[in-house]
Amino acid sequence: MKAKSAFLEGVRDGIPIALGYFAVSFSLGIAAKSIGITAFQGALASFLCMASAGQYALFSLIGAAASLWEVALVTLITNARYFLMSCALSQKIDPQMKNYHRFIFGAVVTDEIFGITVARPGYLDPRYNYGAMAVTMPGWASGTALGIIMGTLLPARLVSALSVALFGMFIAVFIPPAKKDKVIMGCVAVSFAASLLFDIVPFLAKISAGTRTILLTVVISAAAAALFPAKEAEINE
Amino acid sequence: MSNYLYILVAFLVIYAVRVLPLTLIRKPIKNRFIRSFLYYVPYVTLAVMTFPAIVRVTEQPAAGAAALIAGIAAAWKGCKLLTVAAVCCAVVFILETFL
Repeated sequence: MKAKSAFLEGVRDGIPIALGYFAVSFSLGIAAKSIGITAFQGALASFLCMASAGQYALFSLIGAAASLWEVALVTLITNARYFLMSCALSQKIDPQMKNYHRFIFGAVVTDEIFGITVARPGYLDPRYNYGAMAVTMPGWASGTALGIIMGTLLPARLVSALSVALFGMFIAVFIPPAKKDKVIMGCVAVSFAASLLFDIVPFLAKISAGTRTILLTVVISAAAAALFPAKEAEINE
Repeated sequence: MSNYLYILVAFLVIYAVRVLPLTLIRKPIKNRFIRSFLYYVPYVTLAVMTFPAIVRVTEQPAAGAAALIAGIAAAWKGCKLLTVAAVCCAVVFILETFL
């Protein structure tokens, strides 16, 4: 019974993510089409990688006939933030959990799935992640394939509206703890300001979005950890 | 070179980035600084990725800004994930229809 409900909760929380993914991967598909990627290849890449910025980079490198080394290096840089997220998730794993789960749910540590996973209290339940994967993976892969096939059929206004679904989910993850914990609230405010700065200051804006995310995450989180060490009770929540 | 080879390389790298920390870090980390750091990481990452990206992704920047404010208000009032996401989408759709 509990197993079933954890899976279904994952499906429920995965639906808004899948909707947002569909919109984003649809535009990713439009970009992939111009490079000559087939719908099958696009869907396969999306199913395996589950990464927005990383896949944009991959497709443009294919278009530029880059070397495999370049692909490896750029993939490493554009996806390095998942390394930090997995480090954080490693602390939420029940020592009793069967080993093989790490190899399955670990394949789909995305920004959004990470967000809903940390928002759940207590130990990570892999069945919850499997539920989320069951809807988000087809959403992301089918959006890519349809973007390649149908191109610009979806009205721009609809794509525009759907594309903020992802950010709505992010907001739903960081606002409730920010309401309870002033330090997190401060972190969010500083993150907004720093991120805006990196967006508008000319030489900082040259830094890619993926690198910006890593850089600001490390600096701001480290500063918060040094200045305001979290209490054990908060960490274990 | 085959597109499949490119996709395979990207997959292997990204899989390693995600799964290595999960398989190599087996014990609870004791160090208070690292524990605090990992505690703040998710919120900082998500906040950094939300703004100003939400303003850039919509057709009209003002609609994205309104979605951000509406989303924060909805989450503050205790709305769940799906509701907050729907509120943001609706705000953009309505504003961009009339703006």
